[in-house]
Amino acid sequence: MTAVALRHRGRPAWGQIGLYGVLCVLALVYIYPFLVQLATSFKTDPDAAAQPVSLVPQAFTWQAYERLFLHSDFPVWFMNSAVVTLLVTLGRVFFCSLAGYALARLRFRGRAVIFAALVAVMSVPAVVLLIPKFLVINSLGIYDSYAGMVLPLLVDAAGVFIMKNFFESIPRSVEEQARIDGAGIFRTFWSVVLPMARPALITIVILSFQGSWNELSHFIVATQSPELTTLTKGVASLASGQLSQGSEYPIKLAAAVIMTIPVAVMFFIFQRRIMNSTEGAVKE
Amino acid sequence: MSTVTRAGVGRGEAAAGWLFTLPVIIILGLFLLVPVVMALWVSFSDWTGRGSPFSADVGLVGAENYEAVTTGGGLAERDFGLAMRNNAWYAVLVIPLQTALSLFLAVLVNRAVLRGRGFFRTAFYFPSVTSSVAITVLWLFLFSSSGAVNRILSWIGVAGPNWFNDPTGVVHAALRGIGVDRGPEVLTENSFLSVSWWEWLAGPSFAMSAFILMAIFTTSGTFMLLFLAGLQNLGQDVDEAAVMDGAGIWQRFWHVTLPQLKPVLFTVLTLGLIGCWQVFDQIYTGTQGGPGKTTLTPAYLSYQSAFISQEWGQGAAIAFILFLIIVAMTLLQRWILRDRPISGRRRMLPADQDSLSAQPKGGRG
Repeated sequence: MTAVALRHRGRPAWGQIGLYGVLCVLALVYIYPFLVQLATSFKTDPDAAAQPVSLVPQAFTWQAYERLFLHSDFPVWFMNSAVVTLLVTLGRVFFCSLAGYALARLRFRGRAVIFAALVAVMSVPAVVLLIPKFLVINSLGIYDSYAGMVLPLLVDAAGVFIMKNFFESIPRSVEEQARIDGAGIFRTFWSVVLPMARPALITIVILSFQGSWNELSHFIVATQSPELTTLTKGVASLASGQLSQGSEYPIKLAAAVIMTIPVAVMFFIFQRRIMNSTEGAVKE
Repeated sequence: MSTVTRAGVGRGEAAAGWLFTLPVIIILGLFLLVPVVMALWVSFSDWTGRGSPFSADVGLVGAENYEAVTTGGGLAERDFGLAMRNNAWYAVLVIPLQTALSLFLAVLVNRAVLRGRGFFRTAFYFPSVTSSVAITVLWLFLFSSSGAVNRILSWIGVAGPNWFNDPTGVVHAALRGIGVDRGPEVLTENSFLSVSWWEWLAGPSFAMSAFILMAIFTTSGTFMLLFLAGLQNLGQDVDEAAVMDGAGIWQRFWHVTLPQLKPVLFTVLTLGLIGCWQVFDQIYTGTQGGPGKTTLTPAYLSYQSAFISQEWGQGAAIAFILFLIIVAMTLLQRWILRDRPISGRRRMLPADQDSLSAQPKGGRG
């Protein structure tokens, strides 16, 4: 760094100004669409059509939100997404850490085979599984039920992978002490190892929360009744239903704003962690 | 758990090992392995979606479903051909652009002296965390005929297209601009997958172009973070040595930084490639394959054939062809980016740095 500074000592100002200029323009391009989204959700239909770029509604109105919450199935969608996300996140944290611990620490026959199968499974693209998943869910008789929505998402091969890597990175000595003191395997795992795995667990929470809240294709093939519609599926139907008319943008964008809020809150809570670790950053 | 005795340690560990991994095995087996086998069966059958695919009145039809979409000459083949064309253009444009942009962003925000680094990183990464459905809804609004994008284009005197309703390919549109309305006969008369070569070369439609921009917008932040992690692992000393040798910024980037980033580059390209052939959510939410089937993708076509047209065999066949395409592309890319034994640029690096760059970084590298 020092060498670079020396070399450019003659003309630091212009380079810096140019850099900030480029960065500010890019940041504007990335942020402006979300500002327009937020602003438009408070506009009236004619205003949204007439002033698509403006960030200030001509007449500020909660109309779109009122219609969503009082005169549509939106609250049901929101509830379903919340329930599924909560269950899936809890399940993944527990099952992924359990399996990750076994694969990292416990010696048993078949461990290598399980691990190899896990890696193979990770490479199957999700979209290829749309029809197959429907076939199994249907055969098991859990089509159009919470079980069909939650069970298939409950385990994530990538999550097991992350937990295994983490457990391998912490020293064995602590758990060996606990085992010598007479604690069973599950007890050692639960009260000694798991509390140490906080950073990796947070990664799993972030990935699961984001993954299941934003999941669409699985719910398309797993459910059909309106009572089980999630936010993604509901908002997608809202968007595609009136594409040809091109109207009612405020209500669609209001729905998009609300479904963005939980992941945005999650993002800002764990921002430092997401930005500093590669594992936490990979969007699944 | 039973108490651990000296003799029982091994057996106890084995039992616990299986018990701990059992939920994962059951769920992944039931919802990943079994489905794949079942779908493989369906892709060779004439199942119509009623009853069990294993019941007696479902017949095996051999490779008929695969033939229908690849050589049948009917609508199924043409739809598949169009989907392949659309997705190929999508991949060809999205992968290089998202990789270049994310690397550019990473280099910009990697500067230690930069003020507001956190703000810029957050701004670039935020689109990556939001759902594809929400972004698609926003995109439909921004790219509507009188939307924000066309309004901004009009400020600089450009009359923007009716994005999501315009099936014209951008290459065709450009050719039309210089007066070429019809392709040469050799292109219009010959075809592949029931789509004429002239149509293959049409380029992405304006509707697809909007999706291409959206993909670059939503993925560049994620990949920027991957590159950023890679950049932070690099030693400063090599760069400084190159500065002493009088190498310019561009030379240093091209000959010093980029070769060291090869493992990350491989990860980004692979993830990009896999993602590019899985375009589904956007199409389902936004256009359902329209206008003029120009945003049809194999992933969406597979869903549409099975769940809407009730052609389950064909849908499953398309899914497996798609799977093979993704595997083949990944292998091809691995081969292209393989470590060559001797390379001219490597001689520029000091010996120890060379061995460092050859090591894969992290589990994915």
